[in-house]
Amino acid sequence: MELLKVAQIEKYYGSKSSLTKAVDDISFSVDEGEFVAIMGASGSGKTTLLNCISTIDRVTSGHIYLEGQDITNLKGKELNRFRREKLGFIFQDFNLLDTLTGYENISLALSIQKRSVSAMDKRIKEVAEQLGITDVLSKYPYQMSGGQKQRVASARAIITDPKLVLADEPTGALDSKSSKMLLERFNYLNRELGATIMMVTHDSFSASYARRVIFLKDGKVFNEINRGNDSRKQFFDKIIDVVTLFGADISGMVSGEEPQPSEATAKRG
Amino acid sequence: MLAMLFKISARNIRRSMRDYAIYFFTLIIGVSIFYVFNAIGGQAAMMQVDESTHEIVALLADVITATSIFVALVLAFLIIYASRFLMKRRNNEFAIYMMLGMSKRKISAILLVETIMIGIGSLFVGLLIGVGFSQLMSAIVANLFEADMTNYQFTISYDAIGMTVFFFAVMYIAVMIFNSGAVTKMKLIDLMQSGKKSETVRLRNPVLCVIIFILSAVALGYAYYKVAFPYEMIEPTDLWIYIAIGCVTTFFIFWSVSGLLLRIVMSIKKIYNKGLNTFTFRQISSRVNTMVFSMTIICLMLFLTICALTSAFSLRNSMNKNAETLCPADVEVEFEQVYLDGEPIYENKRKMMDDIGFKPDEVFTEYVQYSFYRDDNFGFPEFLGDKYEKIRAEKPRVIFNFMEKIVPLSEYNELMRFFGGEEISLGSDEYALVCDFSQMLEIRDEVLADKPDVTIFGKTLHSKYDKCVYGFMSIGIEHSNTGIYVVPDETVDSVDPMRTIVVGKHGITDKKERREKDREIVISYKNAFSDLANRLRAENPDKNVTEYFYITSKSEILTATVGIGAVITFLGLYIGMVFLIACGALLALKELSGSVDSITRYEMLRKIGAEERDITFSLFKQTGVFFLMPLLLAIVHSIFGMKFANLVLEAFGTDELARSIALTSGILLLIYGGYFLITFLSSKRIVREMPGKTE
Repeated sequence: MELLKVAQIEKYYGSKSSLTKAVDDISFSVDEGEFVAIMGASGSGKTTLLNCISTIDRVTSGHIYLEGQDITNLKGKELNRFRREKLGFIFQDFNLLDTLTGYENISLALSIQKRSVSAMDKRIKEVAEQLGITDVLSKYPYQMSGGQKQRVASARAIITDPKLVLADEPTGALDSKSSKMLLERFNYLNRELGATIMMVTHDSFSASYARRVIFLKDGKVFNEINRGNDSRKQFFDKIIDVVTLFGADISGMVSGEEPQPSEATAKRG
Repeated sequence: MLAMLFKISARNIRRSMRDYAIYFFTLIIGVSIFYVFNAIGGQAAMMQVDESTHEIVALLADVITATSIFVALVLAFLIIYASRFLMKRRNNEFAIYMMLGMSKRKISAILLVETIMIGIGSLFVGLLIGVGFSQLMSAIVANLFEADMTNYQFTISYDAIGMTVFFFAVMYIAVMIFNSGAVTKMKLIDLMQSGKKSETVRLRNPVLCVIIFILSAVALGYAYYKVAFPYEMIEPTDLWIYIAIGCVTTFFIFWSVSGLLLRIVMSIKKIYNKGLNTFTFRQISSRVNTMVFSMTIICLMLFLTICALTSAFSLRNSMNKNAETLCPADVEVEFEQVYLDGEPIYENKRKMMDDIGFKPDEVFTEYVQYSFYRDDNFGFPEFLGDKYEKIRAEKPRVIFNFMEKIVPLSEYNELMRFFGGEEISLGSDEYALVCDFSQMLEIRDEVLADKPDVTIFGKTLHSKYDKCVYGFMSIGIEHSNTGIYVVPDETVDSVDPMRTIVVGKHGITDKKERREKDREIVISYKNAFSDLANRLRAENPDKNVTEYFYITSKSEILTATVGIGAVITFLGLYIGMVFLIACGALLALKELSGSVDSITRYEMLRKIGAEERDITFSLFKQTGVFFLMPLLLAIVHSIFGMKFANLVLEAFGTDELARSIALTSGILLLIYGGYFLITFLSSKRIVREMPGKTE
């Protein structure tokens, strides 16, 4: 069943004299229970895309539908409620509140939704168990490792049973061991608990944990591959193949239809 | 080279205006407070107050000196704190300089130039504001009094300007030394990571918090008890000890209270887990924990403010009231004696009156004449009798060596009829003692409880009452009658009076006309009497002439009261207002800088879907608790502090306390509440900045 539908969205930055198309006519959709990765080099527009989906930023044109509702029209309170009830966020820099313990960071997401925390106490512990952070619940962020912090942030993101979990470079600040552990937890959440996850990353290894990878380049969808029945290792190799193509393109070895950035600005200027 | 440094510094200031604004305002407030304080301190002491009040002026000067040292310390703390705050916020900038290869010496130089520029700017602006503020204050206070207040308007004090410049120059040099010390200690790696480090939360041991809190509360209670319910007059050294106890316990109460409260709230899950409460309480507790010292200072300053304002208002109110009750006549003339080489020349006071042409019938519409007598064998020690040694040991400050005043019954009663007071009736061998000066009243009542007999002019008299009759005979502004014996008329039959007094009313009610009439009477008889004395001097060039004649009027008394009372009221109001403004500013700065530091936290809250309304409410609660905490403790302090102040200021009368408290609360609400509102709104703006803007 289709959960998210992105239809021909565009996002421009800057003034008339120097216009940057961060997102340039992107369309795709995500089904319920999917684990999608969006990949792209820096400047490819992936963070802008994520910001538009998460309603932090507004699209210049186009529409985004979640469960058939057009979220680009939402305003003010509706927007907050939508974000609060339908979405779960995981950020690269964890975004935990440093004055609160792990448990409180998770429970705050519930109390913001005006849900009873005492009733959810069992659920918090359960999720903590699933993410392997039971022993850091009473600790403060400064007492945790990066991996632990990110798993606490993940627990916070899914505790409210969001329709869609958006993860922005979740492994960006983690070492490889912590990254692997986190991604395996993502897989677990996706498979066992049916969470729909959309992850933005520039790391092929992280992307290989997803079921599907969408590649962005210069604000456009460049390629898309499905894992199908491949093992993670095989899927990783496929991703690497596409990324190599990227890299080749960037260094100009494949004759590009796109003008080089410097030329582009020169023309516009 | 120098030009480059100057350019970088100027650019820095312009660029990080928000951080600098906080620093700059702190300095400006500091400068203006320091100026105002020294300006009024100096001028208040110089105001002409007649010699009888010399002691009070000296006391005031002491108080001013002590307070200005306190003010200087507070300001020094404020400035060092603000500069540290600024240094911390600029770590990233310093990191860039060092990465680009700038030497630490050059960074120090940049800081130096910045400090100098900021210093000169803040001095200039601060002095301007200070001068304006002191003018405004004198205009406001002048309106509080009915009397002519032209003497009490403060002008620009160049001494105070000089002192301010000197003090702040020293402060800035200290800051420069401090800054360059900090620069030498800087490590590039720390500078670069400074922004990323998350705050380490140290929750204080709850058991320790409880213990410290209880200990502090007990110690504070002890100090309160000692100060507010003294067994006897407190010695200054003891008082300082209690003040020290108060300061230290205040510190420890703030040290322990947030941990304690947080624990309590955390145990009530329903409240703690509601909405943003978790965040709000944590935020409050971490903020309070990091500024125990500032909270203490603010609390103590608020305490001083409340005491100063309430005392000032209460003094002013009771002075106006006393004027009505203690001055029931317009003019009082006392004829005592003129001595030629120590020999009295008048046997009859009537002759003395005639000699200066004093005709009460012409001057007054109504008047009364009475006389005081003195028995050279009957003084205060004789009255005390065998209790002399005991009381002398208990009250070392009371003057014991004086002769008692005696008045015949009929004259006393006549005066009472004239004043509208209560008459007394006495048996032929009875006496009564009239007194209203509180300290003396206490001693005399203690002695009179045994109804001792006294011997006056050879006659033994029994006390009619077992305590004093509360009252006075001379018009004045204070309850200052130390004791007058009313005796049967025949007791003084064969004795010449020591002093004869005429009290009269001239029946003019219009305030201005009355003042002029009073003046006219006083001046004409003063002149007549000094003419008499001068004539005697001319006639007896080889002899020493000493004359005792007093004349005073209600208007004169009122003006003199303004002298003492006004200086105290003035100071009270000034100190109160200045401290109040300083407190508000300090809290506002702290809260605003805290909000700047917490911007990322609010962004996180928004990202995980917190409603703007809830965030605002959380901010409101935080700011509220922040402002309320020191105020609450200060109010508790003041309740007991005022009790003590009441004891000290008793001579002036401290009635109408309720009205004074109402006035003080009004001012507090206005200024402190205003600061709260401004702080809350600015915090809201700071926290709301840049929604959804990513780099």
